[in-house]
Amino acid sequence: MNDAFAQIGLGPFLTVGAALLVLGVFGIFLNRKNIIIIMMSMELILLAANINLVAFSAALGDLSGQVLTVFVLTIAAAEAAIGLAILTVYFRNRGSIQVEDVALMKG
Amino acid sequence: MMIQLVFYVFAAVLIASSAMVIFAKNPVHSVLFLILGFFNAAGLFLLAGAEFLAMILVIVYVGAVAVLFLFVVMMLDIDFARMREGLQRYAPLGAAVGGVLFAELAMAAAHWASSPVMPEPITGGLGQPGGPMTNTAALGTLLYTHYILLFQACGLVLLVAMIGAITLTLREKPTGRRQVIGKQHERMRADTLEMLTLPLGFGIDANGGFLRPAKGYYDTAVPGSYGVPAAPEPPREEVRKVDGDAP
Repeated sequence: MNDAFAQIGLGPFLTVGAALLVLGVFGIFLNRKNIIIIMMSMELILLAANINLVAFSAALGDLSGQVLTVFVLTIAAAEAAIGLAILTVYFRNRGSIQVEDVALMKG
Repeated sequence: MMIQLVFYVFAAVLIASSAMVIFAKNPVHSVLFLILGFFNAAGLFLLAGAEFLAMILVIVYVGAVAVLFLFVVMMLDIDFARMREGLQRYAPLGAAVGGVLFAELAMAAAHWASSPVMPEPITGGLGQPGGPMTNTAALGTLLYTHYILLFQACGLVLLVAMIGAITLTLREKPTGRRQVIGKQHERMRADTLEMLTLPLGFGIDANGGFLRPAKGYYDTAVPGSYGVPAAPEPPREEVRKVDGDAP
């Protein structure tokens, strides 16, 4: 186990992760209209997952958690790129990115 | 003691800046707070011994993703005042869901105990401090052996994301001048080259001109030959659909 990590312990890291997760979920509900903030909240949730993975990796002395974090970072970056591209195209066509306006598929 | 102080500073700034991401009035400020939060998360990763991931977080997130967000926020002309109309309406619901989530997490944390028997690490203690390998070398060793298929799949995901983003946002300009290779290959010699036999004493102007058509050239010359516009093309039909809304 890492020396610095042993002094801090697993609990505080998990607490930070939990707080970030709750803040991300709260942000999604709070900013229902602004899809950019919703995407940032999703990034916060993924960051919380990453903090948990790294903390458990350090606690268990197993590097698999950090490998998994690399994959999560990759997927998060791809998701952000695609999401922002869709957002740009949508804004170009409609002139607004109001979440409530996105009801074309509703019969 | 010093390490714990550093941890709590990083954690406090991280949580405060994430809260500001949600509550900031201006989305540009939200993105900047997101960048600050990622920096502090990188500090936490360093404390947990994940040096490579800390650097990746700074490079990938701060350098690419957050700047992408900033670019989009600044490029789109959005009415942010209208965005915040429903804030008060949704706040109780969000607070309720967040509160329930936090209570459940706290309950899970209070009654959670790890197994007394530690499972054998898959990696066999690679990358531990004082071990034979640094964190980065151990991570690379794992990625290219145990996790090679997942690694390749990640590459595919990135490729698909790149192609998708380009395909979505690439816009064909109707006024753009593009090379049409088929048209170039179709061109025959007779279409462009005109061989003239000039009588003695006449300039080329009398026969259609060379580079600069003479004044009366357009009256005498054959339509479609050099310098003379051919018959006007019929106006091209507008194929682009203007509005997707059905009446």
